[in-house]
Amino acid sequence: MIELRDITKVYHLGEIDLPVLKGISLRIEDGEFVSLTGASGSGKSTLMNILGCLDHPSGGEYLLDGRDIAGLNPDERARLRNARIGFVFQNFNLLPRTSALENVMMPAYYRHPPQGHAVIRERALELIRLVGLEDRMHHTPAQLSGGQQQRVAIARSLINSPGILLADEPTGNLDSTTSVEVMNMFRDLNRQQGITVIIVTHDPKTAAFTDRAINMSDGLIMEGVSDELSATLKK
Amino acid sequence: MKFRILLTTCLRGLIRNPMRAALTVLGIVIGIAAVVAIMEIGEGSKQQISDKFSNLGADVVNIFGASVSTSGVNSGMGGRASLFPDDARAIMEECRDTVVCASPFVRASGQVIVGNTNWSPNSIKGGNEYYLAIEGWEVEQGTAFTGKQVDEADRVCLIGKTIADKLYPGQDPIGQDIRIKDVAFTVIGVLAAKGADGMGNDQDDCLILPWTSIRMRLMGASGSATITKGGAANSNAKASSTSTFSTSAVDFYPGCDLQPYTNAPHPLRTRTVDSILVKIRSSDDATPAMDAITPVLRRQHQLEPGVLDDFEMRDRSQFIKMVTGTSETMSRLLIAVAMISLVVGGVGIMNIMMVSVTERTREIGLRMAVGARPRDIMQQFLLEAVLLCMMGGIIGIIVGRVASEIVSSKFGWPVISSPLAMALAVSVAASIGIIFGWYPAFKASRLDPIDALHHE
Repeated sequence: MIELRDITKVYHLGEIDLPVLKGISLRIEDGEFVSLTGASGSGKSTLMNILGCLDHPSGGEYLLDGRDIAGLNPDERARLRNARIGFVFQNFNLLPRTSALENVMMPAYYRHPPQGHAVIRERALELIRLVGLEDRMHHTPAQLSGGQQQRVAIARSLINSPGILLADEPTGNLDSTTSVEVMNMFRDLNRQQGITVIIVTHDPKTAAFTDRAINMSDGLIMEGVSDELSATLKK
Repeated sequence: MKFRILLTTCLRGLIRNPMRAALTVLGIVIGIAAVVAIMEIGEGSKQQISDKFSNLGADVVNIFGASVSTSGVNSGMGGRASLFPDDARAIMEECRDTVVCASPFVRASGQVIVGNTNWSPNSIKGGNEYYLAIEGWEVEQGTAFTGKQVDEADRVCLIGKTIADKLYPGQDPIGQDIRIKDVAFTVIGVLAAKGADGMGNDQDDCLILPWTSIRMRLMGASGSATITKGGAANSNAKASSTSTFSTSAVDFYPGCDLQPYTNAPHPLRTRTVDSILVKIRSSDDATPAMDAITPVLRRQHQLEPGVLDDFEMRDRSQFIKMVTGTSETMSRLLIAVAMISLVVGGVGIMNIMMVSVTERTREIGLRMAVGARPRDIMQQFLLEAVLLCMMGGIIGIIVGRVASEIVSSKFGWPVISSPLAMALAVSVAASIGIIFGWYPAFKASRLDPIDALHHE
């Protein structure tokens, strides 16, 4: 379960303080399928970075499974990301000149405690089959279409069996047909494996796939979180 | 991250851009190749020099009689006739740790005649059966004289290459007669050529005889053997032990018992030897060997404590050390220059690693996002730099070996391949990788994952 209590984030640009998140309170239960929407500059990317433990908030509390992670050091955050969170990016971020299979295996190399190569490979093959790319697994990203690349990225995000999948504009670089395919894949993962899926998007059509849309504007949540919940979280 | 996986990750990273990797390591390759080639050639020339000088006897200690003043005139070194053949035996028996063998040494001069030709050799030298080994002579043809022949003062001799060419042109000298100062000897062997010594004297212009033969046959025959009065201090000492070393078969003084000598001692040149040559185990053993020989000789000569030594020792290793030291200094200088090229190569590695870090910022961001800790990133880039350098080192060794082989076959320079140089080269390369790869790797590990992910 993810619980944010009055999260703020302020960027210091020289002498000017630029508040990006102005007090976000939010709860996402395990197994939810949520989208985070908002215009650019609304702070949704910053929120996603905080949710993904890539960034730490300036104020407030972030409880992941009941554990406050605002105070973790970079190494601990890395461990946490590795074990609990899968990332899917808009531009896929696959390693160039590296096979699809190797790309899928990569995050498992940083697992703690380390696993054997054979075990990792077995798991990666399973995931490649899950995303339907078993006949393309030795292709490099350059030899794959956008949709295929994103499916490789999804397989990669699942290699360490995370509880949470964070997708940042996963359909942003895809045409509408493949977008639907990819979104269906997220929904299947959510329904069949009970993974919490959080999709960050500005596209209402993509957001429509999710069960709950959290809309952000100017560093605050506009809708998607009930007022009384907000109030309880803020206290 | 397991090391094996880290290693494959790094190798993949390098193989992704093979041309750049190759160009990057070029500096290291050249530097290492230069170091290896210079070390091999330097080692070769050092060996050549020490070979050239070792036939002068690098591992030989010379023992002379001490100087003696007679009526205020100092004789200089070797003036005192204090060394006896028995001393050589005693040294050999008692200083086994440092001494290989020892030989008395005597010298004569005179004319040699074969048929109707004659020749005055540079030197006529005498020693025992170990003498050839001590001075580094090889018998090319025929045989060396034996201990028995030394004991019996046989009229046999070994001749140097020059003598063989002068006196027996186009003939086999073995078994032929040769007259040395009117005494007939038989040539039993021809010595392998040694060439000129350090001073330009022809070393092959010599005859080598059993020392007993020189003392008993030549000096006796000419009747002109010098008799020098030595220091009185030690003359008594030897009188009773003259017979022990080599007179078992030959009576040196027929019809003459020792009594007169003990009563009126004359340190005769016919009983003493000019010097004693001692072959030591290695040229580094000179000092311990001399330390071991001193008490033996003092006891042999029955010197009371407090009495000065009646002998002096010289080792020839100093001179050779000086000469090889010069060539070593030269090759060290060259290695220092080659090391500079290694540093330049290292800067090249650093440069390319910096470029690589910038170029792969997104990859670094991704790896961090999926759970790589800063130290994992650091390890990856550091290992890449080290691998790059070690590959450069290995290629450099091969190139250096090939280069030094070419040099040795083209110019005839001697080359000695040294595993030490290779091990050194690889470790130097690896350290360069660590030193110059550290900063780029550090920079990579300090990237912010969010910024890195959105790097264009």
